[in-house]
Amino acid sequence: MEKVVQKIGLKHGSGGRAMRQLIEEVFLELASPVDGIGLGALDDGAALRVGDQWLVVTTDSHVVHPIFFPGGDIGRISVCGTVNDLAMMGATEPMALTCAVILEDGFLRADLERIRDSMKAAAAEAGAPFVTGDTKVVGKGECDGIFLNTTGVALTRRVVTDAGLRPGDLLIITGHVGDHGMAIMSKRHDLGLQGDLRSDVAPVNGLVRAALAAGGDDVVAMKDPTRGGVAGSLHEMAAKGKVGVIIEEQAVPVRDQVRAAADMLGIDPLLVANEGKAVIGVRAASAEKVLAALRAHPLGRHAAIFARAIDERPGSVILDTGLGKRLLAEPEGELLPRIC
Amino acid sequence: MCLGVPGKVLAIEGLVATVDFFGVRKELRLDIVDEPVTVGDYVLNHVGYAIRRIPPGEVQETLALFEQILDVSGAREDLMAADVRGEIAAGQATATVRAKA
Amino acid sequence: MSRDLTLELKFRDPARARELAEAMQRNLDAIGREVSVMHVCGSHEQAIARFGLRAVLPRQLRLIMGPGCPVCVTDGPEVDEAVALARQGVHVCTYGDMLRLPGTSRSLADAQGDGGKVHVVYSVDQAVELARAHPADEVVFFASGFETTAVATAAVALTAVPENFSILSVHKYVPAAMDLVAESKESKIEGFVAAGHAAIITGWGIFEPFARKTGTPVVVAGFEPLDILAAIVKLTELIRDRKAEVFNAYPRCVTREGSQPAQQTLWKVFETRTGKWRGIAAVPGGNLDLRAGLAHLDARKRFRIDTVPVRDDEASGLERECLCGTIMMGLAMPHDCPLFGKACVPESPVGACMVSSEGTCRIWHTYGGAPDLRAVGAAST
Repeated sequence: MEKVVQKIGLKHGSGGRAMRQLIEEVFLELASPVDGIGLGALDDGAALRVGDQWLVVTTDSHVVHPIFFPGGDIGRISVCGTVNDLAMMGATEPMALTCAVILEDGFLRADLERIRDSMKAAAAEAGAPFVTGDTKVVGKGECDGIFLNTTGVALTRRVVTDAGLRPGDLLIITGHVGDHGMAIMSKRHDLGLQGDLRSDVAPVNGLVRAALAAGGDDVVAMKDPTRGGVAGSLHEMAAKGKVGVIIEEQAVPVRDQVRAAADMLGIDPLLVANEGKAVIGVRAASAEKVLAALRAHPLGRHAAIFARAIDERPGSVILDTGLGKRLLAEPEGELLPRIC
Repeated sequence: MCLGVPGKVLAIEGLVATVDFFGVRKELRLDIVDEPVTVGDYVLNHVGYAIRRIPPGEVQETLALFEQILDVSGAREDLMAADVRGEIAAGQATATVRAKA
Repeated sequence: MSRDLTLELKFRDPARARELAEAMQRNLDAIGREVSVMHVCGSHEQAIARFGLRAVLPRQLRLIMGPGCPVCVTDGPEVDEAVALARQGVHVCTYGDMLRLPGTSRSLADAQGDGGKVHVVYSVDQAVELARAHPADEVVFFASGFETTAVATAAVALTAVPENFSILSVHKYVPAAMDLVAESKESKIEGFVAAGHAAIITGWGIFEPFARKTGTPVVVAGFEPLDILAAIVKLTELIRDRKAEVFNAYPRCVTREGSQPAQQTLWKVFETRTGKWRGIAAVPGGNLDLRAGLAHLDARKRFRIDTVPVRDDEASGLERECLCGTIMMGLAMPHDCPLFGKACVPESPVGACMVSSEGTCRIWHTYGGAPDLRAVGAAST
């Protein structure tokens, strides 16, 4: 037998345990102490003290395939992903965005312009100006059409981390779960699924601003449930906050068509990626107030309180299905359609 | 094994049916389905193949079967008169076979 | 909400589930000791796990996951064959479940990372389409699953497929595994929950000789929570009354005779053969192979599959120590196995119980035992 050499696999980019291990084992070495939240915290971004405020910085590369999908495209995701990461730190007024693009030889100019237009539209929705960028072209086959990286910066007076949960806190999801990942998957594996499966990709900074205005300091933890889905976000929040989290499954908003597609493919919507949602941890006393503020916003009409933090089983996520309880495992690797 | 989901047949062309699964449509092959299928029927999908035509009324019958199982296992107060239960049992084709061993 | 969905939800009614759990408890109280029953279906385990049904089962009931997941029981050397084919430049198509399943040293996901042309498909038809689209390339469908899934493969094998399409069958046949478990003298399994969707094909009648021969009751179950609970209530009732009968608790899908068109298709294409199931045993009649007349479609006959470069003979040697089969029969616990947590971990599993996310060994390894969640969160409600 040939010697097996350690290699990076797709599982290392899927937002689950393998990816976290890779980052911890390889990249954490780059971390150094900062005044604020640095790489070591492995949060959505960094927060650096500047005078009496915090400068929040985040960066995100986008490699979605297909490039155009129902409900959005790689351009819209590249803006929303970064704006949302800033918002999850409490920085809802983006000061500036950068854009770095890597293009494959032969990429259609018309497609690039279409992507540019959708970046422009999303940036306008988020109120985020582009201030600088970089363009590279690589040979045929050296990248898959287009890779996009955006970096965002914003100032905020208060930073919200993903580690702030305490027993008794309630968790709110700002809308339907699983829309983005299901829309992508239905296109990716030639499943021949037809129906209204659309990505939810949207900037949620306005929505989060409404939540922060209503809840103030009682908004204690936030995370955008992208890769790894809501389950992945809750695992991180539970581990970092050293609490257990119980999800009430009946309270999780899922569209009928997403549930149907998920059932057919044997996939749990809680593991599926979202690009226009936030999981928000709130002290119980302010939960209803924050929920009402979210529901008054166009992107938050289907917001729901769906989980709570407990002092038992710290670091675990427990799903109460209404019939019984079970531990919800941390997502592992890319989601694939099942036959079993 | 064998993930199977029920859906409703919207259209049929040759050996291919368009089936609605509560808001998502997919084409299924009819090569191996147990009975002839017509538009409006419910079928069970496994890996893109219809493997079973679910006869109308069977869903209700299954629910009635659960009632019967509960009654035989004596889980509940006898809310149903014995004769009514008897009728259900008589109408229910149970698959129970007495072992000879 | 649509009317159809409402009907479906009737099979998920928590109040009815509680009644069924109480009925189960009453049956167990009447029996007065611990009872082990086995289900032989990966989808049952998925449904049991997904809905948290273990938390409502009586403590005296051991519901054991049998050799019922066709993916988990696919043997390492069988995966090696697919990996070797991908290495030989052949397109290998397979179901999503199979991608990360380890061979003796590599999975198809690894082969993909090494540049192999590996494709995840939802249906065998997609593999045929790929063959049509690439007439100059060879396309192999790595065909896994029990008889339910094998029928779809068989249907395609009977149509006019392109010449560059062939099948590497690792299909398995469920009744063979039930025979193996029930005939073991030491087995503590007192009843079986049979796989509803496999029974759609074969019919529930197939279990009658089995129940007679082994003196073990069998209940055919569907996959909604209430389907499963009702089936277990019936099974405990049959055990209580010492009746070795077959009961069909899934009549909306399963008939006594099964599907004649499906059976004809299945046996026209496949025949049973003794095959090794991962970590369990050589199961007589447990594998489904393409019939000799279909040699042109059989990847094993079409290619010289060289597994030497991708095979780890040391790893296959470990299997001799694996207790998977014994654990499945309810005779051992994971920590009785010398490999558990050492040579056998989720990243490099030896036996089927460690492969499946719901396998006994995997659950014990991940959670440090079978978690009891009944009371969790009650205090803060």
